Amino acid sequence: MKQRTHLLLSIASIVLLVAIIWWADGNLNAYYTRIANTAAIYIVAAVSYNLINGTVGALSLGPNGFMALGGYTIALLMLPVMQKQMVFFLEPLIWPFSEFSLPPSLYLVGLIISGIVAAIGAFLIGWPCLRLKGDYLAIATFGFGEIIFVLANNMLFLTNGALGIKGLPELTNLWWSWGMAAATIFLIKNIVNSSYGRAMRAVRDNEVAAEAMGINVTRIKMLAFVTSGFFGGISGALMVMLISTISPTLFMFTMTFNLLIIVVLGGLGSITGAAVTAVLFSVLQEVLRTVESPLNLGFIQWPGIPGMRMVVFSILLILMMLFYRRGLFGSWEFSWEWLLSKLRRKEVPQCQQQTNK
Amino acid sequence: MSIEIFIQQLLNGISLGSLYSLIAIGYTMVYGILALINFAHGDIFMIGAYIAFFAVAIYALPWWLAAILTIILTACVGMLIERVAYRPLRDEPRISLLITAVGVAFFIENLAIVTLGARPKGFPVPAMMATNFDIYGFRISGVSIWVPILTICLLAGLLYIIYRTKIGMAMRAVAKDIEATRLMGVNVDRVIMYTFAIGSGLAAAGGMMWASKYPQIQPLMGMYPGWKAFTAAVVGGIGNITGAMIGGLIIGVVEIMTVAFFPTLSGFRDAFVFAILIIFLLVKPTGLMGEPLKEKV
Repeated sequence: MKQRTHLLLSIASIVLLVAIIWWADGNLNAYYTRIANTAAIYIVAAVSYNLINGTVGALSLGPNGFMALGGYTIALLMLPVMQKQMVFFLEPLIWPFSEFSLPPSLYLVGLIISGIVAAIGAFLIGWPCLRLKGDYLAIATFGFGEIIFVLANNMLFLTNGALGIKGLPELTNLWWSWGMAAATIFLIKNIVNSSYGRAMRAVRDNEVAAEAMGINVTRIKMLAFVTSGFFGGISGALMVMLISTISPTLFMFTMTFNLLIIVVLGGLGSITGAAVTAVLFSVLQEVLRTVESPLNLGFIQWPGIPGMRMVVFSILLILMMLFYRRGLFGSWEFSWEWLLSKLRRKEVPQCQQQTNK
Repeated sequence: MSIEIFIQQLLNGISLGSLYSLIAIGYTMVYGILALINFAHGDIFMIGAYIAFFAVAIYALPWWLAAILTIILTACVGMLIERVAYRPLRDEPRISLLITAVGVAFFIENLAIVTLGARPKGFPVPAMMATNFDIYGFRISGVSIWVPILTICLLAGLLYIIYRTKIGMAMRAVAKDIEATRLMGVNVDRVIMYTFAIGSGLAAAGGMMWASKYPQIQPLMGMYPGWKAFTAAVVGGIGNITGAMIGGLIIGVVEIMTVAFFPTLSGFRDAFVFAILIIFLLVKPTGLMGEPLKEKV
């Protein structure tokens, strides 16, 4: 009975989402559509980033690297062959990519391949780092993000260097971005609620104790990291196909920092938190754009300071860590049970709450 | 490659490596005590270079006074960061501390961009560093000579502090076991503060010499040197001060030499350091001088 209600509610919410996208696809102007798309892409990136940072508790600073891997992969796959010859005029593109490209109808295949490439990258970085105790992952992934930047600038035969790749077909629309966001949330939620997810939380709370319980810590961390890399790659690919261009500067460390802000603000380890703050963040970023441009309110002259946004965000991150570590949502997750009991004005079952360390 | 160019490049690599060593010591000391990667350390290095720039170029102080002032002020910045951002989180899960460190690093960088401007500034290179030497017909830049010499002096002073003074003994004790040290009646907070002060002071000295070697300073100048210095600390064995010195020299010489021998790969010079880091993590994660880590339960 309970199961059936939940299933019905899930189906109803999916139908609602489809209806909203249907309406939005025709009625929103380009600016709001762009924000809605960005928000969904941030959901994919933040929810997957949260898996390694929040659920496993190992700091990764490389989601920008994985997004870049996914982005370059999809660009090489989807750019039409004719276009490739025009774009790569400095140095010709190397063989397998120069001869073929995927038709737009196979966009999903392209997205999945981008995810796989990023996941392979995550595996190669995780292999040396995750076997070790200590925070080597943080420093190696930070380096990885920067190295991708260096490689993208120098491997002209694959990335066209600093000029980047332009003229990609704009394939990401609201259906793709929000569809992927929903799929990511669904898959990662299922991972977190599976026995693997419980093992991940055990590793986060006490690595030594988890190992003593027979959990293969390295394998669990690797699973989370590779999954996180996979969806990171997909989010990068979606973003590139949204703005139809890619250059090395697109995925700099600032991207990682944005995602870090999102997961900390939402509450480390909370999928709901990551998803909601991802939307808030993409809206907030647009709103704060006005802070950076000159403003004349008649009585107040605001000169507009470029770069001020990042100062505000970093202060926010430090203050959050110092005074409000649980974030907006703590480790709370949205569930139908919670909603139903709220509607019936009953107490929420407390047994599901966990300590968030 | 002629022998002259080889020697010039070797000295160039050694002076670059000395600078990495100076920064790496700050990382390794903090890591040895708090098991924290202080992401802001590279930016403290940048602050040092800017303070020296303001002292000499704007306030026209003599160089010896400016250098001392820079080291003291930067040490204060390091202590301030420790006091405000790291101390309240010391007993929290490590990931909180790491995220805060990333936040502090990003804050310093962006504050510098907003207040000082992103455009690079020309650094007033001290005359001593700018003169070239002719030794047996080899032409060697002053930076390549003076940077290693000054570094050796600073490191000798550091080793004296650590192994011959009371505060140094306290630092070694805190690195071994914080709780036991506290029970012995040592003021652990103060010891950690001095650790940050020494690390930041050395980073400031490194920043001034870096700016003399590459006479342009900009707000993001600390990112790559900081990251490479951390790699140097890992190569030498994180937590080990002698290891950090050796690791810095290795990274510096390898970086310069690969560019010298394979000029076509010069665009990839940062990638080499990354490869070294990954290789060391795979083959010898404890580094050259590090002891095998024992798990604390």
